Formats: sequence, structure tokens, C-alpha cells
Amino acid sequence: MSDASTRLALRAVLAAVFVFLYVPIAVLVALSFNEGGLPTAWSGFSVKWYVSLASNSAILLAAGNTLIVALASTAIATVLGTLLALGIEMRRSRSRGLEALVFAPMIIPDIVLAIALLSFFAALDVTMGLHTIVAAHVVFNLAFVSAVVRARLKSFDWSMVEASADLGASGLTTFRRVTLPAILPSVVAGALIAFTLSVDEFIIAFFTAGAGRSSITLPMQIYSMLRFGITPEINALATLVIAVSVVALTISQRLNRGTIGQ
Amino acid sequence: MNAVLTTEAVSKRFGAVTAVDGISLAIRENEFFALLGPSGCGKTTLLRMLAGFESLSGGRILLDGKDISPLPPNRRPLNLMFQSYALFPHMTARANIAYGLEMERLPRAEIAARVDAILAATQLESLADRKPDALSGGQKQRVALARALVKRPRVLLLDEPLGALDKKLRGAMQLELKRLQSEVGITFIVVTHDQEEALVMADRVAVLKDGRVRQCGTPHEVYERPADRFVADFIGVMNFLPGRAVADGVEVPGVGLVRGALPTGLSAGAAAVAAVRPERLSLVAPGAPGPDNRIAGTVAAIAYHGLDVQLHVACGALPAPILVRLTADAAEASPLEPGTPVTLGWAAADSRIFAERDTSEEPTR
Amino acid sequence: MSTPLAHPRLLMAPALVWLAVFLVVPCLLVLANAFFLRGVYGGIEYVLTLENFERAFDPLYAGIFLTSARVAGLATLIALLIGYPAAYAIAMAPARRQPVILFLAVLPFWSNYLIRTYAWIVLLNREGLVTQGLRWAGYTGEPPSLLYTEGAVIVGLVYNYLPFVILAVYSALSRLSPDYREASRDLGASGFTTFRRITLPLTMPGVAAGAVFVFVLSIGNFVTPALLGGGRFQMVGNLIYDQFLTANDWPFGAALSLVLITVMMALLIAQAFATERASGTRTREAAA
Repeated sequence: MSDASTRLALRAVLAAVFVFLYVPIAVLVALSFNEGGLPTAWSGFSVKWYVSLASNSAILLAAGNTLIVALASTAIATVLGTLLALGIEMRRSRSRGLEALVFAPMIIPDIVLAIALLSFFAALDVTMGLHTIVAAHVVFNLAFVSAVVRARLKSFDWSMVEASADLGASGLTTFRRVTLPAILPSVVAGALIAFTLSVDEFIIAFFTAGAGRSSITLPMQIYSMLRFGITPEINALATLVIAVSVVALTISQRLNRGTIGQ
Repeated sequence: MNAVLTTEAVSKRFGAVTAVDGISLAIRENEFFALLGPSGCGKTTLLRMLAGFESLSGGRILLDGKDISPLPPNRRPLNLMFQSYALFPHMTARANIAYGLEMERLPRAEIAARVDAILAATQLESLADRKPDALSGGQKQRVALARALVKRPRVLLLDEPLGALDKKLRGAMQLELKRLQSEVGITFIVVTHDQEEALVMADRVAVLKDGRVRQCGTPHEVYERPADRFVADFIGVMNFLPGRAVADGVEVPGVGLVRGALPTGLSAGAAAVAAVRPERLSLVAPGAPGPDNRIAGTVAAIAYHGLDVQLHVACGALPAPILVRLTADAAEASPLEPGTPVTLGWAAADSRIFAERDTSEEPTR
Repeated sequence: MSTPLAHPRLLMAPALVWLAVFLVVPCLLVLANAFFLRGVYGGIEYVLTLENFERAFDPLYAGIFLTSARVAGLATLIALLIGYPAAYAIAMAPARRQPVILFLAVLPFWSNYLIRTYAWIVLLNREGLVTQGLRWAGYTGEPPSLLYTEGAVIVGLVYNYLPFVILAVYSALSRLSPDYREASRDLGASGFTTFRRITLPLTMPGVAAGAVFVFVLSIGNFVTPALLGGGRFQMVGNLIYDQFLTANDWPFGAALSLVLITVMMALLIAQAFATERASGTRTREAAA
């Protein structure tokens, strides 16, 4: 196979992949604007599904809960994860066990983490609700924030910190005026990733939300709609959720440019 | 001697940038040829064009009279030794060396024989079964060399072959490469930015700047008779005295007439610069009848280098101190200290005169 | 490193405490629960036993494990076969454009996976888009039942994890110095031979890591089989879910989770081990 035809074949595969990845999403977005709401026929452009979404109290409640959970868990996870990353990278020695522990939340299958937390809360007889979801989300969120910040710290010049100390600055001042500004883009990028993960997370939320109706998150709501009655509003909801994720991720990517993530 | 590899007005453009600008060279059979120049001069681009990794924007490349420009790199009987060695990390030294022969679809027995032979010739036998990460820099270089040479290419191209070695090893390897080349009898084309290295190893040197050849000649020619100001400055150390060309030399403000032969094309009145090598200068006793050119100054600094002494002499009107190289004996003859007034002299025949603006003529051989 | 900032241990402490409380302890609890029995009314009877593990290896459940492994394996393989060429195409694009193309390829991975799976319901439904497409092309027979099949689950899994595979392969490819490929060509190898003998072996560790990850994520996946496989199609994830929410047999669910995690860890360790043995993958920095 000549160079040119190989190149063409590879490009064709890439194009096919993009079609494969984006057609389903495009279909959802298109359907959300379809008057008829069903994929059987296009009956005209309409935003009525978005409108009815806005007056669907169950969905609004779920969206609000999701936002609360995401903001709370992101805030906590960002602080904890950044401190963790700093602590790890400042040490000269690398402990295998520590690495495994920090890496664990990202590779444990979420169903296992979900049931573990359910068992835990049940054993302690804790009433479950949004607070337990937040606690659960922080677990994997801090692992991701820590990973992103650590990647940035690997190319961080620690002698800046020493220079700051040499010039008379205290530890806190050095952190505030030297370290933090340097890592801030990565911290925010990590926070955005954590936020997105939390907004999209379903299984762990499902298991740790408890029995009450009031602590349903958006993914849980979507799941029950998918199981028990698909209405066209779902398409509008899906489009909105995708839009939020895309925006958050794009901003995160812009901030993190220059840091090799993997 | 016939030309093995010829480039005919070869050029390469990357967008608006011209990296190689119409270079024509004729490299001879069994020659050790160096492409020398500062970074960005186009030497590596030219080498990659010879190997087939860069397409030509213009011109042709002929090997033994045949145009190889349309051939892809794997079909050219040329081999390239990469600056990073590019040894395949997942293969042993032996497997690396055998790789090129496997591509020629030679019978197993012959491959094994040739690989063993070259391992012996490069003293790599005991290291044959090691992977690259278990080899030192010098050893990796020998494997890279062996891998290219085992294919018996028509021409071997080497991209900064000694760049990754430490200073001590580099000196030894310069002579080693030269010896290897004459023993193996293959034409070598080496790219380097180190002019000392080029002068030591090469039979002929092409000095490049901004994609053009400024001069092509033997190390002696390039050193003793630089074609223009750039070559004079790039090769070795040179003292420059800027001024205006006159009939028999250069009128240098604050110094006087510096005698020397004007190059062709330089007419009286044009801005010019006279130049002289540090080792061509001698100390002149103030009253003595002297060499054609004299210049007075004060010693600014003295650097002892064992066998010779380097003097930095500040001469009032000149922007930079003059460098003088004296043998230790000559230096001992007169007492020298920073501040000592001295007179320097040199023969008119040792003056080199150039136009102040570099010519863009490209002499070809 | 002696910095005046603060003691590293102090900085790590809050996060580590959180992980200890909300990760380690719960997981230990699961570990413990696996050795107990389901109580008569659904609680936990604290009797130490290995019965749950015996049940787990019962042919019925073993069958589900095998199905999960097969489905996950197929999904991983397909994702690799599609993903490697795609990643290669990205790595061959002009350097400026690569980050953008990569970002676009990976973007779907970050969106909600419920929604992404739902999209396939829309497409594969009896009167879904695929059927519409077929009708438009002239097909007039019975609408094909594409949904609620193993095939649908595999498509769903591939769809979910393809971007991740592309990312993993691309990372491995972009870390490979171009000098190796050029040296191989210079020595006389064709493009395909260069790929087969140089590029592929040297990118294998990165690719393998990605593959193991995807396989592990696929096996434990519960949403995709639930939504696309229908009630009758069960994978390990669904099984565990059922123990907790329908059968109320938490100890058995815990035991199943343990088996799942063990398989996972075994794979990851084996892969890490194999990578260390096939030594010497150089990064561009080391080769220069």
C-alpha cells in the first residue's frame, strides 16, 4: 500500500469515527426541536419541549439538586485534591501504596463504589440524602482534581518556592503569591472536570440518595424516565445537559493547554 | 575522481521560508565531506533531502549519474545515521543491525555472517545481545554506525554524529570516524555545526549560511583563504579591522593603512574589512624595521594556554581587542603585563580583505 | 524537599482522611459483608461463611461472568480495531490541528453516559432511525429488532469507550519519536513493515493499558446492558445491582463485587507486569 492511499484510508476511518460518535448526539439535538417529538417524522421546528421542560417540576427539582451536589462536591474536592497533589509532589519519595490509594477511585467500577457506600451508610444508620451524595462524589472528584494538578506540578519549578523563602516570604505568602497563581489554571481545569463528572454521575448518586423523593438528581430522574416512560422532553433535557458538559469541558481544555494530561 | 553524489541547484521552501537555496555540490567517491554551518543554515535540511525525508522544491539529486529525487527513502542506496541514533528500543543491538539486511531479503545465513563481521569490526561482540537502554552513549553510537554500514550504502549520511558525546569522547571519535571511513572506503557526508570537528575529519568542507554554500574547499583552503567575511569569522578565530578599501589595502580609521591584496570585485572606496589570524601576528620592537603592517596598543589581558599564550590587545580606535597567539617562548622574550604597551606586526600576505557586506556569490566545485 | 510551605503530610491529610472514611472503610465493609449471610428479612446475619463465594461460582452466575467477559472483550476489541487507525490518523495530522481534533474526538466521552446510551435507543428502536433509514432505502419488511440484543449492548459499550481508546492510543503514538519510523524507512522498510515491526510493538504498552482499562470499565458497566439489553440480558453490573435493590441479598452482592474487583486487579497487575518486561520504550525527550 502506498503512502498516499494509506493516508487516505486512515483519514476515512477517522471521518467514519466522527460520524459514528456525533450522529447519535446530533439526532437527539434535532429531535429536541422536532414538533412531533418522535423520530418517525419531522413535523416542524419547535421549542415546545424546552418550554414544557421548564414547567416540569420534577425535572426542575432534580436539576436543582444536581447543581447543589455538583457545586458542593466540586468545592470540597478541589480544595482537598489540590492540597493532596501538592503534598504528594513535594515529597521526594514515592510510595506505591499511596499512588494506588489516590488512583483507586478512578478505576474501581462505580457500581462497586456505589454499593460500598450504601453498605457503609446503612451500617452507620445514617439518613441518606443530598449530603451523602456529596460525600460520595467528593471521593472520585478529588482523585481527578489531584491527577490534573499533579500533572501540572510535574513541570513546576520548585526553586521558585525556595527563592520566595530566601527573599523572606512565609509559607502561606509563598503559596498565595507564587505557587497558587502558577497552578491556578490547572486547579480550575480540574474543578471543571469534577463538576462535569458530578453532574453526569448516575450510579453512585442512585445508591446513596436514600429513599426520599427530594434528593433525586438529574441523572436519576433521566434514568427513571428512560425506564418508565420516554417522553420527548427527554431529548430537550439531553441536549441541555450535553451543552453544559461541552461548555465546561471546552473551558477546562482552554485552561489546561500546555499541561500534558495523560 | 568522479562525483558520486551531485546536487543540482537543489532548493527547499517551507511556506515563505527558504531553507535551502539552489545548492549545487559534487561529492566525490570515497570522500569525507562535511556540511558545516550555524544552526538554521539549511545543512540538516539538505541532508534529509539527500536521505529522502524532505521533498525537493527545486533541482535534482543525482547518484552515480541517476536522478534519485523521486525515490522514497527506503529505496535509496544511502543510509542516514540519526543524531539521536534512533536505535529501536525493543530490539537488541544485533537485531537492530540485522534489521536493514532483513529488509533486503537476504538469506538468513548471509545476514548472520555480515552482522557478526561488523560486530567484530566495531568491537561490539560482547554487547550484541543488549538492548539500547543498557548501552552507553559511545556504544549506542557504534551500534547506530554499524546498523547503517552493514548495508554497504553508496554514501553514508551522518547528522551531527558526535553531538551527543561528551568532550573527551568526541575527540577520540573524530579520529575514529576518519579511520573508519578510509578503512571502509565509503563516501561519508557529515553535518556539523562544530568547525573544529569539520576541519579535523573532512577532506572537503562546504560552509553554509542561510541556505547557500559560501565556500567549498579543503580544510586548509577554507582556513587560510576564506572566501568571504562570514567564512573567515566562522572558521577559527579572526581579527577584523573595518575601514574603506584603497588601492593597496584598507584604510582603517585610527590605525592607518593596512596592506593586503584586494579580492576581485572590490573597488577602491567601498566599505571593507581587513582581517588577520591571531597566529600571524608577532610582537615588534618599537624602533625595529618592520613588517608591512603595524598596530600599536596596550595589553588588556593575557591567557596562558600551556604551549601558547593568547594576548588581548586593546587598540584605541578599534571596537574589539585584537587577539594575538604567541608561542610561550616568544611571549617570554618580552615582559608582558596588562597595561604594557606593545606593537603588533604582520605581513601584507597574511592580510585577508573582504567587502563589508557579504557577497552572495556561491562558488561551486 | 525542604520547603517552608508546610509539611507535605499535613497537606495530604484532609484528602487522605476523606478517602479513608468514604472509600477504604466502605470497601472493607463490602469485603467483610461478603463473608456473611443474608438474614431472613433482608438484613445481615453475622455468620461467617464462604457460601456466597460458592454461589458466585455456580454455573448460573459463572455464565453471567463469562457473558460479561465476552461482551466486554468484544467491545474492547472492536474499539481497538476502530480506535487505533483513528488515533493514527490524528497523529499524522498537522501538529497544530492535532489537539483540536483530539478534543473533538474525546468530547462525547465526557457527556452523560445515560444520554449517550439513550441516543442509541432512539436509533435502534423498532421505529427508530435505523429502521427509518432502511425504509427510506426501500426496505419494506418487518422492522428489525435491533434493540435489546447483545449486539446493541456491544454497540453501546463501543460507543461509550471509543473516545477513551483513541485518547490512549494517541498518547502512545505521540510519545513515540519520529526518528524510529524514519530510521526504519531509511534502512529499507516499507510503510507497512515499519508499522508492523516498529510502531506497533513500541506503542503496545500504552495501547494495552488503555485496553485493560476499557475492558474493566465495560465488565462492571450496568447502565448500558440495562437500557440496551433489556430485562433478560444480564451482565455482572446488573447482577450486583439486583442483589442490592431487588433480591435484598447484600452479602451476595458484596461477594460478586469482590470477585469482580479481583478479576480487575489481576488484569491490571498482569498488564503492568508485561509492560515492565517489554522494556525500553523511549520518550522523545530521552531519545534526543
